[in-house]
Amino acid sequence: MKRLTLMAAGSMVALGASLGAAQADKLTLYCSAQEDWCQLMARSFEDATGIDVDMTRKSSGETFAQIRAESSNPKGDVWWGGTGDPHLQAAEEGLTMVYVSPMRNELHEWAISQAESAGNRTIGIYSGALGYGYNTELLAANNLPEPACWKDLLKPEYKGHVQMANPNSSGTAYTTLASMVQIFGEDDGFDFMKGLHANINQYTKSGSAPIKAAARGENTIGIVFMHDAVKQAVSGFPIKVVAPCEGTGYEIGSMSIIDGARNEDEAKMFYDWALSAEAQNLALQVNAFQVPSNKGAETSESAPDMSTIKLIDYDFKLYGSSDERKRLLQKWDEEVSVLPQ
Amino acid sequence: MTVANTKTTRPVLIFWIVAGWVGYCLLPWYMVDDGLWSFKWLVDGYPFDDDYAPAAFLIGQGVKLWLAPILIPLAMPLLVIGRPKSDPLYARILIISGALGFSWLIAQGFSIGIRGFNYDWLKLLFGEPRIRQFGMGYGAMISASAFLFLLTQGIAARGAINGDVFVVSAIGGVITIVTAFVFYPIANMLFSAFITEDGAYSISVFAAKFFDDRLWGLGCLAGARCGAAWNSLFLAIFVGVITTALGLCFALVVTRSGFRYKRTIRALTVLPVITPPFVIGLALILLFGLSGSVTVFFADLFGIQPTRWLYGMPGILIAQTLAFTPIAFLVLIGVVEGVSPSMEEAAQTLRANRWQTFRTVSLPLMRPGLANAFLLGFIESMADFGNPLVLGGNFDVLSTEIFFAIVGAQYDQGRAAVLAMVLLFFTLSAFYAQRAWLGKKSYTTVTGKGDAGVHPLMPVGLSLPVMIIALTWALFTAVVYAMIVYGSVVELWGVNNTLTFKHYVTAFSLRIEEEGIRWTGAAWDSFWTTLSIAAIAAPLTAAVGLVTAYLLTRQSFAGKNAFEFGTMLSFAIPGTVIGVSYILAFNVPPIEITGTGVILVVSFIFRNMPVGVRAGIASMSQLDKSLDESSLTLGANSWQTFRRVILPLLRPAILAALVYSFVRAMTAISAVIFLVSAKYDMATSYIIGRVENNDYGLAIAYSTTLIFVMLSAVGLLQLIVGRVQIGRRSQLSVKDAS
Repeated sequence: MKRLTLMAAGSMVALGASLGAAQADKLTLYCSAQEDWCQLMARSFEDATGIDVDMTRKSSGETFAQIRAESSNPKGDVWWGGTGDPHLQAAEEGLTMVYVSPMRNELHEWAISQAESAGNRTIGIYSGALGYGYNTELLAANNLPEPACWKDLLKPEYKGHVQMANPNSSGTAYTTLASMVQIFGEDDGFDFMKGLHANINQYTKSGSAPIKAAARGENTIGIVFMHDAVKQAVSGFPIKVVAPCEGTGYEIGSMSIIDGARNEDEAKMFYDWALSAEAQNLALQVNAFQVPSNKGAETSESAPDMSTIKLIDYDFKLYGSSDERKRLLQKWDEEVSVLPQ
Repeated sequence: MTVANTKTTRPVLIFWIVAGWVGYCLLPWYMVDDGLWSFKWLVDGYPFDDDYAPAAFLIGQGVKLWLAPILIPLAMPLLVIGRPKSDPLYARILIISGALGFSWLIAQGFSIGIRGFNYDWLKLLFGEPRIRQFGMGYGAMISASAFLFLLTQGIAARGAINGDVFVVSAIGGVITIVTAFVFYPIANMLFSAFITEDGAYSISVFAAKFFDDRLWGLGCLAGARCGAAWNSLFLAIFVGVITTALGLCFALVVTRSGFRYKRTIRALTVLPVITPPFVIGLALILLFGLSGSVTVFFADLFGIQPTRWLYGMPGILIAQTLAFTPIAFLVLIGVVEGVSPSMEEAAQTLRANRWQTFRTVSLPLMRPGLANAFLLGFIESMADFGNPLVLGGNFDVLSTEIFFAIVGAQYDQGRAAVLAMVLLFFTLSAFYAQRAWLGKKSYTTVTGKGDAGVHPLMPVGLSLPVMIIALTWALFTAVVYAMIVYGSVVELWGVNNTLTFKHYVTAFSLRIEEEGIRWTGAAWDSFWTTLSIAAIAAPLTAAVGLVTAYLLTRQSFAGKNAFEFGTMLSFAIPGTVIGVSYILAFNVPPIEITGTGVILVVSFIFRNMPVGVRAGIASMSQLDKSLDESSLTLGANSWQTFRRVILPLLRPAILAALVYSFVRAMTAISAVIFLVSAKYDMATSYIIGRVENNDYGLAIAYSTTLIFVMLSAVGLLQLIVGRVQIGRRSQLSVKDAS
């Protein structure tokens, strides 16, 4: 018993000492992109600046909840990655702070318009279009036709083969819902969601889970961002990526500085660095196939070519606002999710 | 008696008076920003720097003047020194100073936050001066404890609980920490069920959320989906019944059969407890999922179309049964062993056959164990988060619904609170049903009297099915675990089955350099954090749990029922709610611990304390009170009795509590997912991240490592606490003798 306590005390003192030593410059990073990308960003920033980075990875919804819960005493400094809507929501609620980076002139137009629609409280760092991917082996095994459009997914033969995330918990799925409303109009969009509901085998928690399940052979078709599907295909899984024929919505992965950040200067340094071409090129090392917001950054050959995809004019301001979001989600909850399957 | 008491209590009184002054004059009053274990403040401006100054120095410099009144209750107890305990002034002074100091500390803590006054009426009264304060640090905490224990000593001196200082202080201490870390955050959270969006209170908001079809719908009777409340309830009842039955089978095989490999059974059944819950889910998917090995094998064999049957109720049920059967087993083994063989021998002497003995003597004596096992299985299933998350499919249960209500883009705290209330209602009903069923019968079988005997074997008609069930389940468990280990050493399960150690290398590689070892693996950070936090939390949990169990079984005092309710409450509240309520309650002064390791330790203590309490109660209700009485008659006080008589007899309960809380702290996910921070990331939240990323290899490799770490921890603890001996002849020696 005594030995155990001693050991515990010893390790805690060591921990304390190491934390104490790393006092000089530090930054607390909330990261909502994929784990290895988050790690790489944190370590590379440390190498570039000598500032110690404490990084936590959580989904954008969870991070948003945490930032809101901590709002009277913020613990985080920068929130990097994750779909743009929760960033916009945070901006709307004043949880993030206004910052105009000197790096702006290097960015694509869509990244800056994202910032402007949020009163400069957030900015675009990458973008990706919505679509779906399917497991070619399972599709063949079940003798199913190859889908090419959104409406194809409503066919009764796909019953029990389609998966998407729950829009309540996933930014990806909310983007899907909002895109359908914009592509088909609100009534037809909801009819589409109802028809889709009949074919859905599971609403997952995380946005990219459906395509991962498809990659593992646990599901046939997953509605996700195309870059997530591409990643599975590049990793060697039998996944084919589809850009639906009716056109599709897209997300802008964003970054914000948390209002009241304890390390504001370091946060701004990270912000500027993360917008540089050099930092955005890191994405390729971890198979992140999103389109970077810096015009000078490289894109992968495997990445979906945004110029060939029919993109809709996605209204980020309207569909990113909490009121519209709440309304659509509530409607989906009440009219779609309760239907029998 | 009086002489003995004065002798033992005086040093305690002086200790707490001194502690109060030390906390006020020497230690930093506020939370030190660098962490609890960093002592950098000693060389960094202490004692004059505002951030590190003790209260006395702050007042000396003319700031934070609201701390000055504390000097009065600090000074008052000095008058007591030298007075006899029988002097009415002794008790009165201690009570007044303790109560005054403690309540002033709390009042100022809640009134003045980091943005000045927290309440409008204070602003009206005093204006809005530029004052602020941060969370309480060492100084404030120690002074607060000093006031609390001065108060309890005063109450004891007035004759409460026979003037027993230890018991009164223990009650006071447990009530205070349970109030601070269970009632306060939960109440805070539940109030939000009534808050409308603009911050007003309203019943109709609550009603709308409560009578929601997603909660109470009975669509599953007509082909659609049922509400989450019904789903959770049916699932929990199934899981409770099945785990109790399986646990009883294992306990009977181990204690009352001639089965040879009992030790293997014992080891096997403890396995699932030491496993991160979603790993079982993953293994089940890899075995029985749409493309799982078993599914594909049978589909090919019989030419049938594979289905997703696993996702939903069946999958959760299997995973939870795998995970919680050992808990039922742990509870039942103590009880089944504790049934006194002399009772059974008496029955057999009276010509009862084995079956009659089992049915009329052994089984009824196991009732408290059965009820406890069912209760634990029921509540564990209700609160389980990992398995429904991985295997749930479209089968919504309350615990995950709460999670989605909070993390979802809707961020509906009120809905989460309503769901939590429903969950709480179910678990508390189970709790009371269990108490009603047990009634007030006596189950005491370990007494101070001589008691040496051997448990009779099970009747044959019973032992056969019991053995078959237990062995089948044990085999199934072994297969699942073998698959986990296998999964950690293949490239990509099901797709590329080449053997490789690359997942272990990614997670746990290290480099030996000149300046020492460099931990380059991706998992080391979260691994060390998890290990230290679990190691700190386990003994604290066991201590709090056993002291509480002692108070509940051995002492009677006013409000004991409320006391028991409070200590069980945190177990009945799902981890997701604990997580969010902790963030809301402890992100602001007076207790400001979010983002630290402390909040993780605290959440583990109060999440797992009920297990210590249950284990303690189950064993203590089998210890006859005559043991305490003889110790007390011989002149020992209650602290000595507790330490010298009860604790040694409780070794199995202590072991169970220690092991269980250590392991739970390493494998918990539901509360942790909200409480981890950049600095203190836990293994489970790291693994969930990997799972989300389809990186099953790394996730399973990390989990396998955790399993082995926990196995060795369990072994080590068993060595330290020692093997259980209740002074009975062993089966073996009897056989030898005959």
